[in-house]
Amino acid sequence: MREFGYQQVSDVETAVATLATSADARYLGGGTNLVDLMKLGVETPELLIDVTTLPLTDISETADGGVLIGAAVRNSDLAANPVIRQRYPAVAQAVLAGASGQLRNLATTGGNLMQRTRCSYFTDVTKPCNKRAPGSGCPARDGEHHNLAILGASEHCIATSPSDLAVALVALDAVVHVREGDSARAVPLTEFRRLPGDRPDLETTVEPGALITGVSLPGLPIAAASRYRKVRERASYAFAIGSIAAAVEVSGGLVTDCRIAWGAVAAVPWRATRAEAMLRGKPVAIESFAAAADAELTAAEPLEGNAYKVALIRNVTVELLAELTGASR
Amino acid sequence: MTSTLDPATTRTPLMGQGINRLDAIAKVTGEARYSGEYPLDGMIYGWVVQAPIAKGRIRDISPASTLSMPGVLAVLDYRNAPRLSDAGDSELLLLQGDRVYYRGEAVAVVLAQSLEQARAGADALDVSYLAESHDVLLRADHPDMYTPELVNPNFPSASNVGDVDAALAAAEVVIDRVYATPAEHNNPMEPHATTAHWNGDTLLVFDSNQGASSVQMSLCRLFDLPRSAVQVKSEYVGGGFGAKGSARPPVVLASMAARLLGRPVRVTLTRQQMFAMVGYRTPTIQQVRLGSDWSGRLQALDHLAYSQTSKILEFAEQTAVVSRMMYATPNLRTAHRLLPLDVPTPRWMRAPGEAPGSFALESAMDELAQACNVDPIELRIRNEPDLEPDSGRPFSSRNLVACLREGARRFGWDDRDPRPAIRQDGRWRIGSGMASSTYPARNAPSTCQVQARSDGTFEVRITASDIGTGARTALTQIAADALRVELDRVELRIGDSDFGPAMIAGGSMGTASWSWAVVKACRDLLGQLDMHSGAVPAGGLLARADTKDDVAAQADVTRHAFGAQFLEVAVDIRTGEVRVPRMIGVFAAGHIVNARTARSQLIGGMIMGLGMALLEESLMDLRFGDYLNHDLAGYHVASNADVRSIEVSWIDEQDDQTNPSGIKGIGEIGIVGTAAAIANAVWHATGRRQRTLPIRPDRVIS
Ligand SMILES: Cc1cc2nc3c(=O)[nH]c(=O)nc-3n(C[C@H](O)[C@H](O)[C@H](O)COP(=O)(O)OP(=O)(O)OC[C@H]3O[C@@H](n4cnc5c(N)ncnc54)[C@H](O)[C@@H]3O)c2cc1C
Ligand code: SF4
Repeated sequence: MREFGYQQVSDVETAVATLATSADARYLGGGTNLVDLMKLGVETPELLIDVTTLPLTDISETADGGVLIGAAVRNSDLAANPVIRQRYPAVAQAVLAGASGQLRNLATTGGNLMQRTRCSYFTDVTKPCNKRAPGSGCPARDGEHHNLAILGASEHCIATSPSDLAVALVALDAVVHVREGDSARAVPLTEFRRLPGDRPDLETTVEPGALITGVSLPGLPIAAASRYRKVRERASYAFAIGSIAAAVEVSGGLVTDCRIAWGAVAAVPWRATRAEAMLRGKPVAIESFAAAADAELTAAEPLEGNAYKVALIRNVTVELLAELTGASR
Repeated sequence: MTSTLDPATTRTPLMGQGINRLDAIAKVTGEARYSGEYPLDGMIYGWVVQAPIAKGRIRDISPASTLSMPGVLAVLDYRNAPRLSDAGDSELLLLQGDRVYYRGEAVAVVLAQSLEQARAGADALDVSYLAESHDVLLRADHPDMYTPELVNPNFPSASNVGDVDAALAAAEVVIDRVYATPAEHNNPMEPHATTAHWNGDTLLVFDSNQGASSVQMSLCRLFDLPRSAVQVKSEYVGGGFGAKGSARPPVVLASMAARLLGRPVRVTLTRQQMFAMVGYRTPTIQQVRLGSDWSGRLQALDHLAYSQTSKILEFAEQTAVVSRMMYATPNLRTAHRLLPLDVPTPRWMRAPGEAPGSFALESAMDELAQACNVDPIELRIRNEPDLEPDSGRPFSSRNLVACLREGARRFGWDDRDPRPAIRQDGRWRIGSGMASSTYPARNAPSTCQVQARSDGTFEVRITASDIGTGARTALTQIAADALRVELDRVELRIGDSDFGPAMIAGGSMGTASWSWAVVKACRDLLGQLDMHSGAVPAGGLLARADTKDDVAAQADVTRHAFGAQFLEVAVDIRTGEVRVPRMIGVFAAGHIVNARTARSQLIGGMIMGLGMALLEESLMDLRFGDYLNHDLAGYHVASNADVRSIEVSWIDEQDDQTNPSGIKGIGEIGIVGTAAAIANAVWHATGRRQRTLPIRPDRVIS
């Protein structure tokens, strides 16, 4: 573990300016991921800039009837927020389905979105990994990948994003607010994280060193009945092996609108746009849900060790949509 | 002086009572000191550097850049390490040469003023290797597979009664199945830690282990020292499950480093390092063949087990031994085959042998019950032996049938519909299953000293080890009962090799073995007190006991604890999730010393069994030759939410052939049978047999 500096900052401008003074600085949220990776030698920053002291700890309602969640809002506070629980229940459910109470008390909204993959080669510096050491290879493809990607992967990397929260947020049209140097930018979460392609080391579409200041959710009536369902190996305190956030609007027996996103299937929280398009206007029926899931999964490229995820994600999608609409199987 | 004895008649025995752990407050307040927490003057921190190859040689170690780093004092490696003598465990001959035998083997220790500096120095240490191709996969048809002479701890590797092949050929019903269990890591809460200090030619170590005497013996042999020159202290130990059952690398490395520097050295392991350095449960492949008549009466039982060992040390798991004593059959054969690989040596993990072996045997029994259309409890009762089937020896006591009946009653087994895959509750398919449990009840020699002090209190000294089991409390109860005084008049001191040789906390033999020495010493002391008319002379009285001869003189009977586990599972075949809403265990394990800590031991075993059934699995990467999921986020042990309703009880069992207190061990029996009961219940829920552990979502999903 390399020696590093630690600095607290009280405004966004100073945070960004301080980061620019170092070739190798990182923002520190709760540290629940970053500090672990530093101990493992995967991250070797020379300076940590603590963003939890920034005035980004509020959840406020916005003019369009939505909410703005500060980047430093702790996961526990986010899950307990009455507005979130009422209007975006999938978000609260997703947070509570993740990690443990102690971790959620520390973890921040920004840190959660930026957390790195749990691929076991990535976290071990004695092994090759294109994401950690570009060009060194991807041993996961022919090795242990039971919880890696079935969608959007490349020959260079098949990592998954482990965040539960991001799945609920992406389903509900969240927008990430970032500060790049002097300029502020709002990026839809659907476009915020990158698929690996031939640069798995690049994980977002924003500039390296961009500071997340917050995440906003639009006013979205459909979200009030949203739900998150997570499948994991043990009953708590485990990353998803497949998860879904969904919301459905029904009128006259037809699906008039829907939101579907999947977790643990790709390097990004996977918004299932094809499934959504397929489902809109279809009758509320198991067959419609299965057809929608299948439409999205035609792009799946499972490997031997994670092929089970295709069935898993299809099944859990059908199940949750049925639950949300009261369709009987 | 004062009369120390209460009249025997006024006292209720403490044995059996659910007394709170005597060290509970010390533990929760942080006052209890663990091996990595002793601050010694001038202490230096060591960080272990591990080999990133599974086989080969160290080509070169260039410590220069590490030595120039702040705080770094030295690099210990094979070129400057003290020479060690063989202590019967070649895995402890660390830093003695340039060969690397397994990935993660210690190749150097960086020594620095602070832990962080040592770690930074270790990260920067320049070591180059000549890698050779390695072989790390257990497979039954490997040409190097051989038959070991003995299996752990000292059973013959093969046994044969009657003619199994002929009986199988003639049987009306035959079950012939292959079962597999993965490598599993013990993962006690407290990682291994040692603080070592040389004073001239005497060595003092604070070490996290399951038996200070055994570690002392290893250090004496490694460093060629007399017993009087080595003291091992391990007053508090945060779990072991077998991973601390003997000296492991940290104690050797810290002792060598402290010798090199002439200063105290502390070496602690990270969770990740533990996955290579302190042992694990071997993976197994097991073939079980059962032959019976249509009523389920066994005619033949054949159990063949394959497991792995390392290339430097033979560890032969006794996987099939459980089949030698469990069920009556005229034809009985067991065999073990072992494959040496370029892996760390597997070691004991809670119920070695019985845990994986019972998964195969008790699963096969369930398959036989299904094939014969006999209730699984009835099947076991029909095959209940009078004598140990393999040896013909009598059992000191055997109350399996009582456990089966009591468990069935508590569970409500009689209402069970045996047909599989017919119960649904929402998205869950529901099933129930059961299995028998068993574990040997052995004793090993131990010594103990008891001192009567003139203030009316007693000090009991024994090199026992409380690894979180509650042994400290249980032994205090036993001593107080033997002395016929209240608990607060007994001070029990444990975890110090200066107290004399004693059994380790292992093999479910700790409390049983120690209790014998404690009782013997206490009785001797009472005799001495009688001679002083009950008054302690100035200067006190001392009694010493050694149970070596008593243990050797034990009658030639076979001693085992028994139990039965019943449980319910809920399986979502669409997502592969398996949950266990209800577990019941009933045990017959001699006298239970402390109802509270016994319950913890038994449910702890069953919960670990749940983990074994559904979660625990160390994933080996064949190309790198190491276990990948080497932390608690990647290696899943059962969490609170996995355990819903869990209930244990025991039946009164009087066994006067075990030891004077009638104790059988309970540390391991809880994990025996759980995995089979869960697999059997998953079959009942889904109609699909699960013969490979763990029962992962991808194995369940359809
Ligand atoms: C044992 C364990 C189990 C877990 N289980 C789950 C689970 O089931 N589901 C789940 O979703 N998560 C799980 N987590 C992960 C946990 O949710 C994340 O570690 C946490 O959300 C990260 O937040 P943090 O604030 O601690 O981030 P940090 O560790 O502080 O930072 C993570 C990354 O984000 C960057 N960062 C932080 N804040 C900002 C910002 N404002 N702008 C730009 N970059 C920033 C940091 O530089 C760093 O690269 C688990 C973690 C552990 C250790
Ligand atoms: S999947 Fe990605 S993160 Fe994992 S080893 Fe391959 S490149 Fe590295």
